[in-house]
Amino acid sequence: MKLVASALLTVAVLLVPAVSGPFLQYLVLNMLLLALLALSFNLLFGMTGLLSFGQGAFYAGGAYAAALSLRAGFSLIPSILLGSVFAAALAALIGAFCVRHTRIYFSMLTLAFGMLVYAVVWKWTDVTGGDDGLIGIPRGAFFEKPERYYLLSAVLVLVSIAVLHRLSASPLGLSLRAIRENAERAEFSGVAVRRTIFIAFVTAGFFAGLSGALLAPLEQTISPSAAHWTKSAEPVMATLIGGPFLFAGPLVGAVVYLGLKEIIVRFTEYWLLVFGLVLLGMVLSFRGGLLGAAADLWGRRTRA
Amino acid sequence: MLFQGLVGLSEAMYLWLVAAGLSLIFGVLRVLNFAHGSLYMLGAYFAWVAFRITGSFWAALLIGPLLVAAVGWGMEYGFLRRVYRVEVAFQLLLTFAFVLIFDDLVKLAFGPVYQSPPTPAALSGAVRIGRSILPTYHLFILAVGAAVGLGLWIFLEKTGFGLIIRATAADREMARALGVRSSRLFTWVFVLGAWLAGLGGALSMPVRAISPGMGEFIIIEAFVVVVLGGLGSLRGAFVGALLIGLLHAYGLVFMPVFELALAYIAMAAVLIVRPWGLFGAREA
Repeated sequence: MKLVASALLTVAVLLVPAVSGPFLQYLVLNMLLLALLALSFNLLFGMTGLLSFGQGAFYAGGAYAAALSLRAGFSLIPSILLGSVFAAALAALIGAFCVRHTRIYFSMLTLAFGMLVYAVVWKWTDVTGGDDGLIGIPRGAFFEKPERYYLLSAVLVLVSIAVLHRLSASPLGLSLRAIRENAERAEFSGVAVRRTIFIAFVTAGFFAGLSGALLAPLEQTISPSAAHWTKSAEPVMATLIGGPFLFAGPLVGAVVYLGLKEIIVRFTEYWLLVFGLVLLGMVLSFRGGLLGAAADLWGRRTRA
Repeated sequence: MLFQGLVGLSEAMYLWLVAAGLSLIFGVLRVLNFAHGSLYMLGAYFAWVAFRITGSFWAALLIGPLLVAAVGWGMEYGFLRRVYRVEVAFQLLLTFAFVLIFDDLVKLAFGPVYQSPPTPAALSGAVRIGRSILPTYHLFILAVGAAVGLGLWIFLEKTGFGLIIRATAADREMARALGVRSSRLFTWVFVLGAWLAGLGGALSMPVRAISPGMGEFIIIEAFVVVVLGGLGSLRGAFVGALLIGLLHAYGLVFMPVFELALAYIAMAAVLIVRPWGLFGAREA
């Protein structure tokens, strides 16, 4: 079932440019980028039980590094890679401190570092363009065509999702789950808790950075809001909607989140109000998210 | 220079009122209320509406925070109490949902324009102290902030209800075993915390522009303050608010480039070195 679903998804994503115009391509690509950001966030949240409120820092880190590299004249693919690696390095620096804490202190510390990055981006006008951000980010003659850029990004995101999926079933993923259930017991059974969380933190930073590094050339502009805590809240919402306890949850959540937003904004500009209400309902009654609820239903039917 | 200090201190008072409520709620309920900035914003809007209806600043100052307290009651009684037993992350997300809802409701009701009602006549002048001229309203804010601080201290240290609150914050299980009806206590503490945020918002109404985004900004500042002072510590919240207020006031003068980052650096540093804050109690 899962294999069929992922094969179908891959084919569908890759076929989008062949069957549709630039608008749908843009929407699907945005969904993919948010999905990647949410999946990377969920490596810490759903798997390890750590709620990070600072993923925007790595997202923005990747976006700005890639943008600066492109503006300096480097070509597209190396710039995207550079953005992700820079985000991973940033995550290593920040993660070295964050992994010492759990629960609310972890969330507060990621929030503090996230806003610190935001403050730096906002004030370091010479490099980041400050308030205005960076504009006119080139993506090279070959990738100027939207279809080509779409295909490149889609392939990179799909490969990343596959890697993250492998990771969730790997010994690392199992260790992370053990930490979520009971960190002390995990430590006693030989899991190096802090080091394992650190690896997850840097990995999450890398993929959040990739998501940002793919966004900058897509939009061809980037602004400090990418690092703001309200941006860090987006993968949180997507993950909650889709369901944090199943691998595909954040993916489903990202599609639903942006899809719903696209529909709601046609009727009202107050789409965040609607999302607030959805989130409220989710937290009160469907903490497993849409996918969790679907899995429950499926399980009940097959058992009956 | 004195003027800068006074501006900083009066800014610190709004922050103190919000942070006091945030810290009180965290100390007793163990919930970090993301929506506390939005309650502050609601305080400003409600007071503004009350001002337009009654024409009296004092009535607005009374009615605005009370309405926010009522909203706080609805939040706790209707929603928050259903998630006390689930993971902390979900509690945070529930309060975050309220941020989205309140912000958009305010936009829906009042539009995204910046509103700025007038300073009341009795407080719009200035006082000359030595060679400095200090705006009366800022002095008034300082007095209110100090009075609230004193009032909270007397309430928590000298009354029976305060004793129950402190006991519950210190050891919830034990307090319950001794007969504290914690669910009712939680409601009242949340209402008090909401009222404090609402008072901060109502007080800020004449001097700071009212806008739907004002909550998003102050909540992060309030987080910085309560982390600096120690989550759950009111004394810490007071000192933390003074520090941040002065940091912003003097930072803007002496090092405008680093002013914004300094607060977050301080927050991260405290979390790394003393996660329980400058005045908080170390968790077992």
